[in-house]
Amino acid sequence: MNSAARGFPERAAAALADPVLGAALDKLQGEFRRDRGAMLSRMPEFEALRDRAMTVRNYALADMDGLLEQFERNVIATGGTVHWCRDAEEARATVTRLCREADAKTAVKSKSMLSEEIALNDALVDAGIEPVETDLGEYILQLRRETPSHIVMPAIHLNAGQIGDAFRKSHSDRDSGRDLSNADALLAEARATLRRRFLDADVGITGANALIAETGSILLVTNEGNADLVHTLPKTHIAVVGIEKVLPTLSDAMAVVRVLARSATAQEITSYTTLVSGPARTDEADGPRAFHVVLVDNGRSKMLAGPYADALRCIRCGACQSLCPVYGAIGGHAYDAVYAGPIGAVLTPALGGLERAPHLPQASSFCGQCEDVCPVRVPLPALMRRLREDSFRRPDIAVAGRRLTRFWSWAARRPALYRPGLRLGLAMLRLLGAHRGAIRSLPFISGWTGARDFPVPEGGSFVEKWHASGREPKR
Amino acid sequence: MSARDDILAALRVGAANRRASASASTSDPVLPARATGAAIALRDRFVEMALFAGASVGSAVAAGIPAAISAYLSKERLGDRVVLAPEPALVSLPWRSAPRLEVRTGVPGPEDRVSVTAAIAGAAETGSLLVSSGSRTANAAHVLCETHIAVLPAGDIVGGYEAALSRLRGDGGAMPRAATFITGPSRTADIEKTPQIGVHGPKRLHILLVNE
Amino acid sequence: MDGTQEPDNGDVPRVGLFATCLVDAMRPSVGFAAAKLLQDAGCIVSVPKAQTCCGQPAWNAGDRADAAAIARQVVDTFGAFDYTVAPSGSCAAMLRIHYPALLADDPVWKGRADALAAKSWELVSFLTDICGVKSTGVNHDGVATYHDSCSGLRELGIAGQPRTLLAKVDGLTLREHDTADVCCGFGGTFCVKYTDIAAAMTDKKIDAIAATGAQTVLAGDLGCLMAIAGRARRRGIALRSRHVAEVLAGMADRPAIGEGE
Repeated sequence: MNSAARGFPERAAAALADPVLGAALDKLQGEFRRDRGAMLSRMPEFEALRDRAMTVRNYALADMDGLLEQFERNVIATGGTVHWCRDAEEARATVTRLCREADAKTAVKSKSMLSEEIALNDALVDAGIEPVETDLGEYILQLRRETPSHIVMPAIHLNAGQIGDAFRKSHSDRDSGRDLSNADALLAEARATLRRRFLDADVGITGANALIAETGSILLVTNEGNADLVHTLPKTHIAVVGIEKVLPTLSDAMAVVRVLARSATAQEITSYTTLVSGPARTDEADGPRAFHVVLVDNGRSKMLAGPYADALRCIRCGACQSLCPVYGAIGGHAYDAVYAGPIGAVLTPALGGLERAPHLPQASSFCGQCEDVCPVRVPLPALMRRLREDSFRRPDIAVAGRRLTRFWSWAARRPALYRPGLRLGLAMLRLLGAHRGAIRSLPFISGWTGARDFPVPEGGSFVEKWHASGREPKR
Repeated sequence: MSARDDILAALRVGAANRRASASASTSDPVLPARATGAAIALRDRFVEMALFAGASVGSAVAAGIPAAISAYLSKERLGDRVVLAPEPALVSLPWRSAPRLEVRTGVPGPEDRVSVTAAIAGAAETGSLLVSSGSRTANAAHVLCETHIAVLPAGDIVGGYEAALSRLRGDGGAMPRAATFITGPSRTADIEKTPQIGVHGPKRLHILLVNE
Repeated sequence: MDGTQEPDNGDVPRVGLFATCLVDAMRPSVGFAAAKLLQDAGCIVSVPKAQTCCGQPAWNAGDRADAAAIARQVVDTFGAFDYTVAPSGSCAAMLRIHYPALLADDPVWKGRADALAAKSWELVSFLTDICGVKSTGVNHDGVATYHDSCSGLRELGIAGQPRTLLAKVDGLTLREHDTADVCCGFGGTFCVKYTDIAAAMTDKKIDAIAATGAQTVLAGDLGCLMAIAGRARRRGIALRSRHVAEVLAGMADRPAIGEGE
């Protein structure tokens, strides 16, 4: 579980010691790699689709103001309302007010990472409105009072036993002796329980995968079909969406659709890919009478003007998390942020400030798998490096090894001092290592020897040996 | 200054920086090869991809649809009752040729187990149906019931999503409240990443292709 | 051949060997193996004395100023050669990809950095792609697996080249481990700053290697190999780690990395 009181290293250590989490992460990453390979063999044009998606997202960011205005006009033309919120507080207040105006007692929700970002559920509860998560993973987390650990597979860190326990504890109206030992039983119980909630809810709250300026539509993508029940059955539909999600046209939305599920789950497309445009028309057979889009800035407009703007292309597929070896070792909760993994390492400090999450851009080996897999080519390692530049310049941000790195650079720029210094250091290491081949413990590099033996140097510097051998060509 | 003014003002600054390097998006969509081809190829591909996505596919001539639905329900032991979206093309079918079926037209409710709707188009690239809410077809008809039978004229199979949307919008260009690409049944992998069918939406999607 | 080089007659490529700080300090035999491979491929090899480090530690720490200063020093030291070759994907990537970015706004150095970048190569890909080497004509008995170091793979596209040359090594059986392209956990100072996370990543790499039955792991970057070797030793797992240049040059008779003498 999250504890903001503990720092990143402590949370990472706890995660590394958790065998249930480790098994879940190994399964996630191993299967993701396998499934992605199969997806790529089914779609040979995937690289071209990626390029197109990146172009579309870049174009949208370059005209974000104009497109949002166009989007607003078209939402209004279909009978909907658009609300603009500068920050999380305004967004919470707006959604709460809209729910109150709809006399809402319960609000069913489909999955929305933005609603996590603005901490919407707590605000609704405080206002006497019961939010009910309907995405199965989010529902399970709601019962356990936990936050998502992955952008598209929020409960991936849990096993069936933990889920069964959560159902047993919360679905107290059911026979306590019932069998919850298998996934089918759990699914059946979740379907039946949530069906009632869909039918009885006053308000449906969704996020959106995109806002389409051309038609004033929102794009909603799910496998479960829960979003479609959420935006159809209750009398009011509220969509809470980050402003960076805007796209120019329906065709652009299809460009995103072609890479989104393929990147997120290696499927061709999700079971339900919906375009919602406005409330029910006057003669419509069903649907909400009121449709509201709550646009949320929360740091995005500022990010657009800064060095991390490329990260606003993100379409929230989660592929970077599913492949990242650091995420694969520690899981999402260790990041203690709404967005974990590589995208989280950039978004969290870019949106909320470096002081909020100083470790996140540092805890990466820059292996580059994230950028490799990103459907919109967000240059995640370069953005993390840029965040490290910001950290390096700030005395208030503690950066491990800052002095050591500066000393190394200082020495590296002075070959005349570097060489004798190196000779001395190597001689000492060889003394310590004798003929054993490796050193088990070295106080001044305990960061290394804490987990691995340190190989003893062969002896001598290559550059010096080369020149001593006479092999350097005469000029 | 309103929130709207503040946000747009801040965006104007940031977006201006980006404009230099962004190219126009008015260029043509990138259509994968799967979204192209002659009508016969597209039809075969639609069926192949729909099956791959976990739908079942049958075919019939228009007059044979009620019998085909009856046979499907019988085979899958899904009872005799269907709720039919009251589109003229569906209502006018010879339902009396399937006397076992109890057909109700209207908006599906929680007691309905099988829903029959008409699809607007089929996108061959992923075997996806395009369905729409409207004055006659409730959106709930596509997602509420355990079994969804979608009737799709084979001539309405197109290559890619854009072509399907063009069919929907026609000349007027207006979008319905809800336009959904449905690909296979409802699914999840939220429990230990085990693929499972039928979370909230239908457990079964049966596509009935109508031949001329 | 005793290694003495003839003065060049103008059309023999002059290669500046960028040893890398790790090879220079920890395993000079890799430098000699690299030199042999280059000479056998028909190059004249020079090892400028003024080299120390490519500046990666500063660059990845976000210390742009120091990284740029070191970059200028390297550009100055290696500018005169026909090619600069490094037995390391990450160091070669610094010169080839990151130096131009680092010095892009420097009107004096940008051109020189771009020129150096165009002539900078990782060792194995230089042998195959520029020198046209198809085989190094050596033998090495045993079963080995190849680890794709991240920078070499993803920044420089090195994947087929080492495997092509290793396939021609007599007596060597190359078995792929299923996560060959997954990070080993070294990551420069990452493995020291986030020791436990890095060790967990190295453990997965070692377990994947062990599953192939390979006795030896080969790679093109010494940092990866030191991390793998050090962690395997700590866990008591018998696994030899060598730089691929050692095998390709037929100089793999020395103790492996971290092995006693």
